[in-house]
Amino acid sequence: MSRDYKIIEKEEIVPNVHKFVIREPRIAKKARAGQFILVMAHEKGERIPLTLSDWDPVEGTITFYVLELGISTMDLITLDKGDSLYSIAGPLGQPAKVEKFGNVILGGGCFGIGGIYSIAKAMKAAGNHVTVIMEARSYYLLYNIENLRSVSDELYITTSDGSGGIKGHVQKKLDELVIAGRKFDRAYFMGCTFMLMQCSKATLPHSIPTGVALNAIMLDGTGMCGCCRVTVGGQTKFVCVDGPELDGHLVDWDELFIRKQIYREEEAVSYQSHACRSTTGYEHEMKNNSGGDS
Amino acid sequence: MPGFEGRVKMPEQPPEIRARNFQEVPFGLTEELALKEAERCLNCKNPLCMTGCPVAVKIPEFIQLIKQEKYAAAARKIKETNALPAVCGRVCPQESQCESKCVLGIKHQPVAIGYLERFCADYERDMGLTEVPEPAQPTGKKIAVIGSGPSGLTVAGDLIKLGHEVVIYEALHKAGGVLTYGIPEFRLPKKIVEAEVENLLKQGVRLDLDSVVGRVRTVDELMKEDGFDAVFIGVGAGLPTFLNIPGENLNNVYSANEYLTRANLMKAYRFPEYATPVERGKNVVVIGGGNVAMDSVRTALRLGAVEATIVYRRAKEQLPARAEEVHHTEQEGVKFTLLTNPIRFIGDETGCVKAMECQRMELGEPDSSGRRKPIPIEGSEFVIECDLAIVSIGTGPNPVIFSDLAGVDRNKWGYIDVNEETMETSKAFVYAGGDIVTGSATVIQAMGAGRIAARAIHQKLEDNKTG
Ligand SMILES: Cc1cc2nc3c(=O)[nH]c(=O)nc-3n(C[C@H](O)[C@H](O)[C@H](O)COP(=O)(O)OP(=O)(O)OC[C@H]3O[C@@H](n4cnc5c(N)ncnc54)[C@H](O)[C@@H]3O)c2cc1C
Ligand SMILES: Cc1cc2nc3c(=O)[nH]c(=O)nc-3n(C[C@H](O)[C@H](O)[C@H](O)COP(=O)(O)OP(=O)(O)OC[C@H]3O[C@@H](n4cnc5c(N)ncnc54)[C@H](O)[C@@H]3O)c2cc1C
Ligand code: SF4
Ligand code: SF4
Ligand code: FES
Repeated sequence: MSRDYKIIEKEEIVPNVHKFVIREPRIAKKARAGQFILVMAHEKGERIPLTLSDWDPVEGTITFYVLELGISTMDLITLDKGDSLYSIAGPLGQPAKVEKFGNVILGGGCFGIGGIYSIAKAMKAAGNHVTVIMEARSYYLLYNIENLRSVSDELYITTSDGSGGIKGHVQKKLDELVIAGRKFDRAYFMGCTFMLMQCSKATLPHSIPTGVALNAIMLDGTGMCGCCRVTVGGQTKFVCVDGPELDGHLVDWDELFIRKQIYREEEAVSYQSHACRSTTGYEHEMKNNSGGDS
Repeated sequence: MPGFEGRVKMPEQPPEIRARNFQEVPFGLTEELALKEAERCLNCKNPLCMTGCPVAVKIPEFIQLIKQEKYAAAARKIKETNALPAVCGRVCPQESQCESKCVLGIKHQPVAIGYLERFCADYERDMGLTEVPEPAQPTGKKIAVIGSGPSGLTVAGDLIKLGHEVVIYEALHKAGGVLTYGIPEFRLPKKIVEAEVENLLKQGVRLDLDSVVGRVRTVDELMKEDGFDAVFIGVGAGLPTFLNIPGENLNNVYSANEYLTRANLMKAYRFPEYATPVERGKNVVVIGGGNVAMDSVRTALRLGAVEATIVYRRAKEQLPARAEEVHHTEQEGVKFTLLTNPIRFIGDETGCVKAMECQRMELGEPDSSGRRKPIPIEGSEFVIECDLAIVSIGTGPNPVIFSDLAGVDRNKWGYIDVNEETMETSKAFVYAGGDIVTGSATVIQAMGAGRIAARAIHQKLEDNKTG
């Protein structure tokens, strides 16, 4: 007897990124910034982690953003307003460390542009000066700009192709700000693993304490299986219970990259075999709009 | 003369066939075989068998009912003390419990109590004869059960019969605990667990899936805000132990929990129909010697392993797994490399495990558990090649439930301390039982704890009402 996780709102806000608003009053009541949920689109689906971007305890709704990458994210986005998801467990993970640090710098890329909103909002509410840098491949892939502006003191945009904001990535703007004499007391990044690593490398020389929302492969999300383990400062941590926020300066990035590759062949099989059966026309669409994880 | 003819043999799939499919290994007794086996029971005045059963199933009584061909009545007789006979008949370590005490075992072979238990329970279910008890007079009391493993299901079943309102909170999207996510289909078909859960729901138990207590609700909130009069914690021992040796985070090194959860709960053996993947090794090693290790290695065979090896640091006599399971595992062609312990995993250029360096062990003096302690032999290092390794060396208490649980005392291993007569914890009206109290044990022990807790909860709530 699962509860009914009804889709109240669903929209493809930029190519391949879908915003979902779901009725789930219990999670809406308990969620804290930086936490995530484990979602199954249907009974035969995978349990996949997604970050809570926002929630409304009064309306009893939660909001998250889905970047279409493979079979499970595709299963989700083929659902429509009025449909229900099979399973949602959460809020999971430790809430982000939010306190009055002073000057806080946040960076978001791909799905992290959606997820970083909760962090910005909480950091702002805690009395910090909040600087947000967002990144995308191209300007038309940026979303959530107005929301992020409303909870930040400064907002910067970077694009890899230079079609908007600064040409480059989060760490480029970050370097610029630091060189211009800005001091930051705390950094937090959310996005693909490569971006998290690059941003952590950028804050290290400036000794800015850095949290990263790690996106290891997960299964149960409750510390029961150990598949999300990563090495942080020489110790094994479970991202789902010790994280997702972990110290970006201590993460063993090489190991994490390798661990994320484990199901590469199966992911391809899964996507192909689904696409062959599907009648939605997605089979010919290249998954190249949003970079994804490498 | 009853008893002296040989014990029946359970018909089962031949090893070379079953090692490649996920269907249940033993077929169950036919009616004819069940009657024959039941005839062997001496109907002892002083049934020693019952002393070997943690919940004292009325063994001679149910076997007498089988003799009278009253199979459903026999099942109900078992259910007076054991709510899940179809499960226990399959997975109880009978050879060290009920059957180990049967008098026939002294000179001959003991009565096949487990087989008979399974027979009646299956009969009752398959014939649609399962009875839903009449709803009891409501007491107006509410109990929250956390975890839907055997301990939680037992507490829920006992308390609903007494007229209490019961809600089970389960972290996963399916109920059953280890019965669902851990023990494989070929040993315990999931439809049996589902039928048991369904039966509880029919009696009015509410099941709240996807509910991780400690996150979405805390025990305190359940009691203070949601109006529960008592809480039972039956969350099991769901924290995998790793070896803490180099290379353990290489790809294709799994914890048994992950491997079995992918295969059972998520049905990865039916990938890509089910979307969750699991690596299919050709040359699989499993480290450990318990039931969980046997289940892992047998699952690996069924997922296509050509070679499958158990690596265990003690000797064969010390394998903690059930004798029957070791036997089944050997029959299916698994190799046992005993007195051997891994010291590191070796990876290939893509970050996948390709071998395991091991050390030979010898047995020294008995340790605190009374078993002879394995000691590494210097200079005995050697390498075992493998493309998949499964670490199955035990579990510990999962921390999530404790993230907001003041006042519940725990022992030095992190398990919950209880008053063994009531299963009450150091926090009033909060009870606990099963693996989260004892560490990994057995299904029937978890159920026994659930039964004690249910009785104590009922008593305390009644006393509270009048007092
Ligand atoms: C804590 C956390 C929060 C996340 N938040 C978001 C979010 O808000 N929005 C969003 O779009 N994505 C988020 N992700 C990533 C998202 O879970 C994966 O993109 C998704 O699982 C991919 O599944 P797929 O079948 O569509 O793609 P696949 O083809 O299976 O995989 C694509 C990529 O996703 C990774 N991946 C695959 N399976 C899993 C899994 N079970 N768990 C984690 N990663 C996996 C793989 O390494 C691969 O690189 C988050 C991940 C984590 C760990
Ligand atoms: C692979 C394997 C094979 C086994 N084989 C046998 C066998 O042949 N015979 C035998 O007798 N025993 C066997 N056992 C042991 C037996 O299964 C356990 O002793 C028994 O299941 C313990 O029951 P339990 O009620 O304590 O909890 P569990 O069965 O462990 O169930 C606990 C439940 O609580 C849920 N949970 C955990 N945390 C939370 C939370 N915070 N909020 C909500 N829910 C939560 C879990 O998801 C789980 O569903 C085996 C165990 C394993 C792993
Ligand atoms: S419950 Fe287990 S131990 Fe008890 S009689 Fe049945 S099989 Fe034997
Ligand atoms: S001890 Fe053996 S023979 Fe006697 S009642 Fe029990 S099962 Fe029957
Ligand atoms: S996802 Fe299983 S332990 Fe983290």
